[in-house]
Amino acid sequence: MTAEIAEPASKIELPAGVGGGGEIPTFDVHLRVRRYNPEVSGEATWDDFHLTMYGTDRVLDALHKVKWEMDGSLSFRRSCAHGVCGSDAMRINGRNRLACKTLLKDLDTSKPITVEPIKGLPVEKDLIVDMEPFFQSYREVMPFLINKGHEPTRERLQSAEDRERFDDTTKCILCAACTSSCPVFWTDGQYFGPAAIVNAHRFIFDSRDDAGDMRLEILNDKEGVWRCRTTFNCSEACPRGIQVTQAIAEVKQAILSRRI
Amino acid sequence: MQVHKYDVVIVGAGGAGMRAAIESGQRARTAVLTKLYPTRSHTGAAQGGMCAALANVEEDNWEWHTFDTVKGGDYLVDQDAAEVMAKEAIDAVLDLEKMGLPFNRTPEGRIDQRRFGGHTRDHGKAPVRRACYAADRTGHMILQTLYQNCVKHNVEFYNEYYVLDLLTVEEDAVREDGTSYKQKRVAGVVSYDLATGELHVFQAKSVVFASGGAGKVFKTTSNAHTLTGDGMGIAFRRGIPLEDMEFFQFHPTGLAGLGILLSEAARGEGAILRNSEGERFMERYAPTIKDLAPRDIVARSMANEVREGRGCGPNKDYVLLDLTHLEPAHIDAKLPDITEFARTYLGVEPYTEPVPVFPTAHYAMGGIPTNIETEVLQDNETVIPGLFAAGEVACVSVHGSNRLGTNSLLDINVFGKRAGVAAAEYAKTAQFVELPENPTAYTTDLLDIARNGTGEEKVAQIRKELQDTMDANMQVFRTADTLNQVLRDIASFEERYKRISVQDKGKRFNLDLLEAVELGFLLELAKVMTVAALHREESRGGHFREDFPDRDDEKFMKHSMAYKDDHAPADGTAESIAGIRLATKPVVFTRYEPMVRKY
Repeated sequence: MTAEIAEPASKIELPAGVGGGGEIPTFDVHLRVRRYNPEVSGEATWDDFHLTMYGTDRVLDALHKVKWEMDGSLSFRRSCAHGVCGSDAMRINGRNRLACKTLLKDLDTSKPITVEPIKGLPVEKDLIVDMEPFFQSYREVMPFLINKGHEPTRERLQSAEDRERFDDTTKCILCAACTSSCPVFWTDGQYFGPAAIVNAHRFIFDSRDDAGDMRLEILNDKEGVWRCRTTFNCSEACPRGIQVTQAIAEVKQAILSRRI
Repeated sequence: MQVHKYDVVIVGAGGAGMRAAIESGQRARTAVLTKLYPTRSHTGAAQGGMCAALANVEEDNWEWHTFDTVKGGDYLVDQDAAEVMAKEAIDAVLDLEKMGLPFNRTPEGRIDQRRFGGHTRDHGKAPVRRACYAADRTGHMILQTLYQNCVKHNVEFYNEYYVLDLLTVEEDAVREDGTSYKQKRVAGVVSYDLATGELHVFQAKSVVFASGGAGKVFKTTSNAHTLTGDGMGIAFRRGIPLEDMEFFQFHPTGLAGLGILLSEAARGEGAILRNSEGERFMERYAPTIKDLAPRDIVARSMANEVREGRGCGPNKDYVLLDLTHLEPAHIDAKLPDITEFARTYLGVEPYTEPVPVFPTAHYAMGGIPTNIETEVLQDNETVIPGLFAAGEVACVSVHGSNRLGTNSLLDINVFGKRAGVAAAEYAKTAQFVELPENPTAYTTDLLDIARNGTGEEKVAQIRKELQDTMDANMQVFRTADTLNQVLRDIASFEERYKRISVQDKGKRFNLDLLEAVELGFLLELAKVMTVAALHREESRGGHFREDFPDRDDEKFMKHSMAYKDDHAPADGTAESIAGIRLATKPVVFTRYEPMVRKY
């Protein structure tokens, strides 16, 4: 039971300048976008766009400005625009990030900002890649609860500690930023990749699940966790802050000890 | 053109669509069509929780939940539907837990529950802990869990298949009282494959619409870019009415200037709202439950504070959400995502600084009318056999004129499940309805007009102007003048929309073309919403008319039904405004008489 919170004061003194504000500064950015459209040409090219943007704008806003005002054919996926749907993972200045979570002011705007599709998946058009191989790996780890016992009438019990055990890996939004930042995945398309392992971890370490051994066996495959070279690219790429490399290490450890 | 045949086709792969698919997929041959990937759906952006009277942490029961839902909706709720939802809420939560959803737990290992706006103990006596939750990413967890279970049950998805038309036929029929009418029947849907630009016809015995909301008619919104009301628009164009479209919910706590949602769970966990004087102003507007009043009341109170000059910031145009009296460890455990949004997008540290917030367009209470079996209605009573709807696209109506927080995650689970079962059961005995001749004719025209236009108008510019006028004139406060302004603006946008051109002429992932089509839906729906708002000369729930500030049960205790009718005269009378005919539908009462709504 959480402790009751003391009733907050009816009125407080607010510090001066609370909430920040003032005029939002503008600045110029040079956006360099990787373009590819097989309907037009088999070659990928770079297109340059010069834009005036606001201090609160994200890379996604810059892409929208291009699409809506300059070149309607620029194609990219996006939906929620605040980092929870996982549509707009792309390579920004050589790093995998979500365009909607990357503020322009946090990038070096004195140089061109490069935007490319994520690597290791076939490019369909501009920043859009074929996600099917990524989801195929995800499906192979049996990413769903498997429980062999009788269904209780009420909820299954789970202690807060057991729930905490896999909390980090429940945050995954399947954006593919981790998997497509992995050098092993770039060279070996058969490798499950970090995201599939993260989603296996989420069930392997769930006290309600009975199929951990099966998943460990799947990940013990030659294209499984042992291909991981611990380069930490995935952890750095994850827009949800999941400790991906640590999750992979925990799965490796569980395979070795056969203990979850 | 390719033709596919399925028993059941589900349009949309958010919470309602996937919950339906889990049921339908195990009973009948089912396909799920989505214009996104399933895990991109906006259910995933829901944060705070899903209410059910589990009574895990304090006394509660589903009847109290029903009452709160009815009162929260300012008595425009169909009470039979609210009873179904509150009763089935308990199993809906337990179903999700059994599917694997990682709810937060009590020290005893049960599903933990927390407070939420408008949810009370014993008919309004005090806030109650009813919302089951997984940190502040409950919607994410629901979406992931449902997708995981769809994978488990081998549900067949058609990703990035954008449904653009509903195929129906009309048959002569006679009612019991001897009057004749046209009975609609569903034959299937037409979809556009984004990857190739090809049209695919899906012939189906049952079609379930679960395609979500239309928040992008507004500028400041918590909604995804893709929430353009396609399902509502398609149904409307095919002669199906839309119910209660004037009721749109503005969530009180959007990040100021951006509209990104900060969950009501923040206030459920103890955060409060303050104005520029540092006052906890909700004490004045809702003395009993204060910051946990329903959203319409809190949003209006905030807008009023700003209007009366007690807004914050250089332009005095927002108020503050204060979490600074909460323990950082408590914030991290219960509200990690939303505090990160404040840091990422506004550069504000919620441990030590209050967060600038202002109401953001959040949820359509109205939609495609259905009965409690999720069957779509073509008028007040007549069911369209084989056509179902659930979730935000539908109006069953459990939310009335104002939805309570968490009741949407509940709605999609309860009525999504009902829709999946009903659609599959119907398909077991039904025959396929023959496809109309040349089933893609309408869709081909729609796309060709958008693709081949050579005018000088830009889609993004018209959309921006539409969103601007909706924010300025159709938001928390409305008058006949502001609403007529919107209608005049929309009339000019419709003219300009005929002169658009898209730059991308290709077949492959032509999202430029897609946005043009989406704008067509937005214009149509914005007009329906505004016409219905103009007609409703009273204030109720999320609809507040400054020129009619009181609720008027005598004249307006009824649902509005908007029909597309190109013959409706543009004479400005309340019942018919240029192409839209308005009618009404009675509200269903079971246990509760309307009372004055105070908190």
